[in-house]
Amino acid sequence: MSEHDHSAPLPDVELRVRALEAVLKEKGLVDEATLDTVIDHYENKVGPHIGAQVVARAWTDPDFKARLLADGSATIAEIGHAGLEGTHMAVKENTAQVHNLVVCTLCSCYPWSTLGLPPTWYKSAPYRARAVRDPRGLLEDFGVKLDDDVEVRVWDSTAEQRYLVLPARPDGTDGMSVDELSELVTRDAMIGTGIVAPPA
Amino acid sequence: MTNSVHDLGGMDNIGPVIVEENEPVFHNDWERRVFSLTLATLAAGYFRTDEIRRTIEDMPADEYLSTSYYEHWLAGLVALMLEKNVLTTSELASGKSERDEGMRLPPLPKEAAQFAMTNPLPANVDAKVQPRFKIGDRVHTRNMHPMHHTRIPRYGRDKEGVIDTLQAVFLLPDTNAYGGPDTPEHVYTVRFSYQELFGPEASPKDSLYIDMFESYLEPA
Repeated sequence: MSEHDHSAPLPDVELRVRALEAVLKEKGLVDEATLDTVIDHYENKVGPHIGAQVVARAWTDPDFKARLLADGSATIAEIGHAGLEGTHMAVKENTAQVHNLVVCTLCSCYPWSTLGLPPTWYKSAPYRARAVRDPRGLLEDFGVKLDDDVEVRVWDSTAEQRYLVLPARPDGTDGMSVDELSELVTRDAMIGTGIVAPPA
Repeated sequence: MTNSVHDLGGMDNIGPVIVEENEPVFHNDWERRVFSLTLATLAAGYFRTDEIRRTIEDMPADEYLSTSYYEHWLAGLVALMLEKNVLTTSELASGKSERDEGMRLPPLPKEAAQFAMTNPLPANVDAKVQPRFKIGDRVHTRNMHPMHHTRIPRYGRDKEGVIDTLQAVFLLPDTNAYGGPDTPEHVYTVRFSYQELFGPEASPKDSLYIDMFESYLEPA
């Protein structure tokens, strides 16, 4: 599974990981089946498609949306998506007046159970610094130009609550089904670094 | 440690945000292994999430800034395993178990994989603690610089804000990061104006919301 050239010497980090894994296994503290199951879950099962379903449902079901905004954890759990790094969820709605942006300045807290594992840029030092310092400039770099009269709300997840942005439903989507709508929803729109574009 | 380089919020000149199009979940196999080893040992109860946050933050600043996310996890996990005497540096160098002491830990529970995926870690606690503040209260964040792990970012210290949300009761990271003693506290989402945080030149419209443990706050 390793992606380096097998004829080249192993990089130091790879050697260190192999040694750590070998010792933990020899001591019986971890086992291969558990590791494989965990990897498969986070690599193949969870991802932004789950959050997109939550968003599309909120766009089409006003009662669900009201419950989602009032109690994110319980409402997301209701459709079967609770889990590690998603036990306490708050959902923040983007409107014509308010744009929400999520960051974790101290580490990389992220709603794993609804968005999967975070992209590298979200975990990077530049994003964590700038989302707080200059959110409007950062958003412009992501292609999101906000009018001056839009209020920006930045959420720094420093404790155990995780944040999901409920993006605005784009025009031109009347009559679309939940599944069709969920195809339009991007990961970035649920972090706040994107908006959902109307269907092409 | 509290005032180290992991506390990045509001810093300048850190570089551009680089987005990789169609980024895979893991870039190579050792990242998969570090991720799953960390989750398995966490799920087995060998350490608490706040403890690995602490050991990652204790990385030297230059190393922290020049290494990748999963290298942070590796450094944090290795530091914890050494600290808890699960492993020795000699074993890490040889890749072979050299003694039995590490075996005193309970074996990985059968349900560990399930736990790591769907069974939420009990980050909140069922403690009967009365909240000191209510929604709408004006609060002042303490001007605190402890020489231990904490989760109050520097840019949010010694500022005035308003209680926006009352969250659940959680274990205070300042002690939880050392394995205890357990200190259950209410957590609040506190709203700060950009001008309060970054001065009169900042946007008059925009706000920043920070999740704060109760002992980081005092009445304004």
